Amino acid sequence: MSFRGKDVLSILDFTRNDLERLFRIASSKFEGDELKGKVVALAFFEPSTRTRLSFETATLRLGGGYIGFDAVQGTSIAKGETFSDTVRMLDAYADAIIVRHSLEGAAKLAAELAEAPVINAGDGSKRHPTQAMIDLYTVWREKKGIDNLVYGVLGDLRYGRASGSFLRALNLYSPKKVYLIAPESLRPKEELLDTLKMPWEFSNLEEVLPELDVLYVTRIQKERFPDPAEYERVRGSYRIDAALLLKNAKEDMIILHPLPRVDEIALDVDSTPHALYFKQAAYGVPIRMALLREVVP
Amino acid sequence: MSEELVVRRISNGTVIDHIPSGRALKVLRILGITGEEGYMVSMVMNVYSKKLGKKDIVKVEGRELSSEEVNKIALVAPTATINIVRDYEVVEKRKVELPDKIEGILRCVNPKCVTNAPREAVHPSFRVISRKPLKLVCEYCGEYLTEEEVIAQLAGT
Repeated sequence: MSFRGKDVLSILDFTRNDLERLFRIASSKFEGDELKGKVVALAFFEPSTRTRLSFETATLRLGGGYIGFDAVQGTSIAKGETFSDTVRMLDAYADAIIVRHSLEGAAKLAAELAEAPVINAGDGSKRHPTQAMIDLYTVWREKKGIDNLVYGVLGDLRYGRASGSFLRALNLYSPKKVYLIAPESLRPKEELLDTLKMPWEFSNLEEVLPELDVLYVTRIQKERFPDPAEYERVRGSYRIDAALLLKNAKEDMIILHPLPRVDEIALDVDSTPHALYFKQAAYGVPIRMALLREVVP
Repeated sequence: MSEELVVRRISNGTVIDHIPSGRALKVLRILGITGEEGYMVSMVMNVYSKKLGKKDIVKVEGRELSSEEVNKIALVAPTATINIVRDYEVVEKRKVELPDKIEGILRCVNPKCVTNAPREAVHPSFRVISRKPLKLVCEYCGEYLTEEEVIAQLAGT
């Protein structure tokens, strides 16, 4: 299926074949000037480091230019301009619009208003499709496939959009098993659990670590806990360090993290062969290059 | 029939029968009928019904409501039947059927949903994923809307 001019709102807009085509393009180390003379709008209504910089890099590497903002200060939004009006304006200027917003469904609304394709760079707490592409791509490259592996997804599975998108994305494949590892108050909502097609169960890290092929870690934010004492109590069960991995993990188990990390992965893990998160962040550029090349009309 | 004692037959238009008792006003609200349209609208509440025990009836004189318009009332009146009347004869009789998609009427319960943002060019839109019990999902943010929430929202009208 051609992606040309198509909106990228959710990872579920893609089939497994679509994704694998993107992965092949991304891994082919292609260079080109497919975006020469094109302008991409980066509309970041919410702060972002990796997502924004990798989209900028991807655009520049394909010979394109970009416009946009990464904070609403200094724009008309600060004067009360609506999101809808801002999108209509960007649509008139650019060949594609990349949207990051704190409101859920903002990218879908943008897609309804704009003629140009809209790429969701994270809206609200549920969807972040290009992150999911990068995550799957990392597994695809490092494990030579995505099916039949045992996954652990750890951290804030309720409000974290990266973990939610990753879990939805796994629906396109056939994992052997997925363990959800989260404090009770941060377990996924039923809206997400209801969609999971693979075998999954709640568990704890200690118990399942020896089984895992892939451990996907996300940040647990202190502010999600109404009681700070509760946070202090649980944080230890969700912390990974080199000693724990040496004792319990498979040698070829890989750890992914959408970043930023705070202290859920100790610094001593970085130098172990398990640590794939920096490579994963680096893959953000080739994946977004492949996507832009395919989508921008 | 007993309701004929309180509301006369209509010559042309639509009779919505078998509305669960007490819900006729909600039905009118969903249909967007305020009375200002100029049609003659009559309504009876809590009349005897063999099927329901008690029921409400709404009659709209001079206007034939389409299935599309009327089906939305299945949210509050799943038992309702629609009679299209021409020249005092019922020419068409059908049951309401909840459509697959509900636009407007309801609002998303997720405060972070874009449909709850003020002044944006968007209307709430839900897909029906279960009819019994009623369960809807917001087309924008993916949050569920349960039967209790639907009733609670429409009760406030």
